[in-house]
Amino acid sequence: MATIKIPPVLRASVGGEKELTASGGNVGEVLRDLVAGHPATQSQLFSADGELNRYVNVYLNDEDVRVLDGLDTTVGESDTLVILPAMAGGSR
Amino acid sequence: MSPSGAELLRRVKSQIDEVDPSEVNELIDEGVTIIDVRGTEEFATGHLPGARSIPRGHLESRIESAAPDRSAELILYCESGIRSAYAVRTLKEDLGYEHVRSMTGGIALWKDRGYEVEIPRTLTSEQRERYSRHLLIPEIGADGQQKLLDAKVLLLGAGGLGSPTALYLAAAGVGTLGIVDDDVVDLSNLQRQVIHSTERVGVAKVDSAAESIRALNPDVKVVKYPLRIDASNIMGIIEGYDVIVDGVDNFPTRYLLNDATVRLKIPVVSASILGFDGQLSVFKPYEGPCYRCLFREPPPAELAPSCGANGVLGVLPGTMGLLQATEVVKLILGIGDPAIGRLLLYDALGATLTEVKVHRDPDCPICSRDPEEISDEEMGAFPDYEAFCAAAG
Repeated sequence: MATIKIPPVLRASVGGEKELTASGGNVGEVLRDLVAGHPATQSQLFSADGELNRYVNVYLNDEDVRVLDGLDTTVGESDTLVILPAMAGGSR
Repeated sequence: MSPSGAELLRRVKSQIDEVDPSEVNELIDEGVTIIDVRGTEEFATGHLPGARSIPRGHLESRIESAAPDRSAELILYCESGIRSAYAVRTLKEDLGYEHVRSMTGGIALWKDRGYEVEIPRTLTSEQRERYSRHLLIPEIGADGQQKLLDAKVLLLGAGGLGSPTALYLAAAGVGTLGIVDDDVVDLSNLQRQVIHSTERVGVAKVDSAAESIRALNPDVKVVKYPLRIDASNIMGIIEGYDVIVDGVDNFPTRYLLNDATVRLKIPVVSASILGFDGQLSVFKPYEGPCYRCLFREPPPAELAPSCGANGVLGVLPGTMGLLQATEVVKLILGIGDPAIGRLLLYDALGATLTEVKVHRDPDCPICSRDPEEISDEEMGAFPDYEAFCAAAG
């Protein structure tokens, strides 16, 4: 099972967890396993055509999956996925 | 009988080699080592370009650090050529320097001939005291402090992130701080916005911030911009600043800022905070990725919590703001490894710092092109911009 780090804006959709585990052999499978367990994350992660939303970055350990094989990037048992939507906020 | 002073000087001059200012002027370009043996106060009034100061009284003890190779060419000068003549004899006779010469007529003749004089910029005695802990660090020193004093940094927002950043940059002696903020101090700000104070609730944040900065360090010039940055004013405001500190609270401004700073090639130290989490990265145009390389599009408004009031741990903007201030100082001084091409993710509850790589996007709509190709109309634009802003209110 790979570890997934959940960003603050998605935590409400996963019962407040900061970290979850999900299974799958590649990034797409792991994320779809996450969605299966927490359906509220579906629209936040994926567009209607099943692609990762463009405002969401996913990192395998410290590397952006866009420079790897995207959703097809192989994920090992001890790997960590970091989900990172754009964040703003602070000054007001 | 002991010789007179004049006789001694004649004798010394007959034992040493002298060099005319015209030859020195040519040798300067070849990188010859030039030592000014006058007192430090005389040196401070102006010296030959690139000359190093070793007062004659310190000559024997300090010359080796300036000229370790005793066979290398060395030129000494003073005001009129007398002190340097004696100094040359010492280096030659006592320390074995083989190619050391005294410049005829000293810097007085040099100036008469109209050659270039470099006037060193020196810190006042009060500045030397104020910044003494910087001066003690070899990576900063007097030259680095001068860079900080010469630097112009623009802070977008005098709020949670801007407060600690502004205070520490002011304390560090960053000479010019521009502050953009159209808000007034509210009681609910004071849980984290430490540049303001209870008695200044209701005061414009730029005025309140300027007051705190002035009290902390009168060296700092504060330029106040009591407005919201938008496409019509951004270029005029940011041009001329060396570094921009981004703590803006909404996506449209973040994209606008990105595009304008890429156009002007100004580095941006960016941070954001939410709840117990913070992010930080440095966007240095054309050396690393830009904000659009990291996030091609903003999230839809319902997933952009920045648009409304959100909770934040009061000390978190302090942590992230000071990481920003640190990156700003590094960029100004040109030291260390700024967080270019890296995004730092700080989790305050877990006390963890995670780092992910950010790559330049070869298809980036902005920074894959030359700055002059980026038009006014494109700046800050992204798909569904109007809808985003409408939804964001």
